[in-house]
Amino acid sequence: MSEQQTPDGVGIRNPDGPANIIETEYEIGQDNISTSVGPFGLDIHNPVFMISGLTIVAFVFLTLAFQDAVGPLFGDLRVWLTSTLDWFFLSAANIFVLLCLFLVVSPLGKVRLGGKDAKPDYSYPGWFAMLFAAGMGIGLMYFGVSEPISHFNSSIGGTTVENGVRTDWAPLGAAVGDQEAARQLGMAATIFHWGLHPWAIYAIVALALALFSYNKGLPLTIRSVFYPIFGERVWGWTGHVIDTLAVFATLFGLATSLGFGAEQASAGLEYLYGLPNTDGSKVFLILAITAVALVSVIAGMDAGVKRLSEINMMMAILLLGFIIVVGPTLNIITGYFSNLGSYLAALPALSNPFGREDANFSQGWTSFYWAWWISWSPFVGMFIARVSRGRTVREFIICVLLIPSAVCVLWMTAFGGTAIYQIINDGFTGVAEADQNFKLFVMLSQYPLAGLTSFVGIVLVVVFFVTSSDSGSLVIDTITAGGKVDAPLPQRVFWCTFEGLVAIALLLGGGLTALQAMSVSTGFPFTIVLLLACYAIVKGLMDEPR
Amino acid sequence: MYSNIMVPVDLAHVERLAKALDTAADLARHYGASVCYVGVTTSAPGEAAHNPAEFEARLEALGAAQAERHGAAVSTRTIVSNDPAIDLDDKLIGAVQETGADLVVMASHMPGLMEHVFASNAGYVASHAAVSVFVVR
Repeated sequence: MSEQQTPDGVGIRNPDGPANIIETEYEIGQDNISTSVGPFGLDIHNPVFMISGLTIVAFVFLTLAFQDAVGPLFGDLRVWLTSTLDWFFLSAANIFVLLCLFLVVSPLGKVRLGGKDAKPDYSYPGWFAMLFAAGMGIGLMYFGVSEPISHFNSSIGGTTVENGVRTDWAPLGAAVGDQEAARQLGMAATIFHWGLHPWAIYAIVALALALFSYNKGLPLTIRSVFYPIFGERVWGWTGHVIDTLAVFATLFGLATSLGFGAEQASAGLEYLYGLPNTDGSKVFLILAITAVALVSVIAGMDAGVKRLSEINMMMAILLLGFIIVVGPTLNIITGYFSNLGSYLAALPALSNPFGREDANFSQGWTSFYWAWWISWSPFVGMFIARVSRGRTVREFIICVLLIPSAVCVLWMTAFGGTAIYQIINDGFTGVAEADQNFKLFVMLSQYPLAGLTSFVGIVLVVVFFVTSSDSGSLVIDTITAGGKVDAPLPQRVFWCTFEGLVAIALLLGGGLTALQAMSVSTGFPFTIVLLLACYAIVKGLMDEPR
Repeated sequence: MYSNIMVPVDLAHVERLAKALDTAADLARHYGASVCYVGVTTSAPGEAAHNPAEFEARLEALGAAQAERHGAAVSTRTIVSNDPAIDLDDKLIGAVQETGADLVVMASHMPGLMEHVFASNAGYVASHAAVSVFVVR
């Protein structure tokens, strides 16, 4: 609109250096409504904002109204999706990994996001901090100790068969009674769930968004990725549906994570300080964390989100370093390489989508994880895209796929590997016996300064919670503002508050089962969306100057 | 009295700028001052431009068109911000110092209830800049 009224300058569309802009009639913001509600100025996309907002509200009310029915309903839906469509989730994730690895070695890796002469918006430390905080922060805290222990225990228990169906939860062929083999299998299975595959899922979404936004000049919103497939139709209902789906996936995905975070922090506070672990205290935690997230979004990208991510990263590095130093140092160092080896050796078998015998593991763990990561991918991917302008595709994939995977191996080795070491070498079985939520703290209790490190653990959970919530609000705000990253502040405040309220409603409505199930449900349609994105990436990169 | 006038412009809403642009032009003519047009953009595509380079080109075009109309010496300055919804005010305060401006002329809307909590951009610049600020409503 403003295009015609400016004196001129129209038609000069070069990003920094050569790039291949997509010519479209669509102007960013053309479908937006600028209005004010009371004193608050708004600039929102019509109809994505209203549809996603209203449907989410309706959903929350229904959950609260039918609390008893909602939990089992979503629980069954989740089990049905991840067990019936496990082959689909596993195959899709394999395709994402292979495409990423191909892009690293192919000449397409030379393309620079933002045009040939673009300079990175963020330095490496700030960039990495934000990648991690948004990508898997809370999960690393929650599953870092508990998942390796689970796989270790189920592997050592061996396989059990009833009526020709395996009823154990061990990965692959298990490792009856063999502690060392069970340790290797347990670590390999855990790293499999936190290594290349999840980061490839994020990298695909982020790369697609960054490419179509920074190089092709389309708005920073999920629908832009589909321009090569649907053409001008992405600005109509096709695009509205894609964007609304992305808002759903982000909101429900965040709620899952917020639920995990609140449960663990609340359990941790009870375990450490004897505070009551009730629904009330979890709700209080969600409210408090949402309040801090609000402060962070109001402070903005650089002063709020980035700074908080960096603080978080520092604390996580300190905790990791502490475990490595006071824990079984040599065991962790050698374990890092042997775990990496076991992971790579077991990778083909673990990622095989067809004819699996370990159905409980491949469906209940792997398939669930993939659906969960995919439901997070619009949010994390878009956030990664937002902070990745100026990197080449090769640099981008190495930094988003390979380095985080390597760091996850170290994290899992230090936390899970140490807990397994306590069982094998110290004969301490406290961690294995402890409740899921306490495992991290029981592991820490075996080392000096346990009071301090447990406190740091809780603070980390809480701050990771905040960094997910604030970056999530930014992403949802951008999508519901039609790709504008400078929409008015009240909209961010609205989405941030809304996320907290949805998390509370779902926590009270059906606990984590409902939360997880909702995530997985949005993960399924988004897997299809991601497969289409793979095609769009290759097509988009092909006609980009290198 | 003034030698360098800074005019922050919102390229996405050029239609609302006419009064501020004319005010700045008249003042420039009166005092024989030069005018610097300042725009803040993100690296992501926005309403005003698809990328910072295009934004800069459009800002320069606006400056050139103004120079043709009122004849003053003009310059432009494009500032890239990661989060303009939050950082805009501080970027503008920084630009006042960097451009060495001794007067800021900027457009604003009518203050409402919201302005009791968060200042408008012009309100913030008027309260925090070390130089004179002419808020055009």
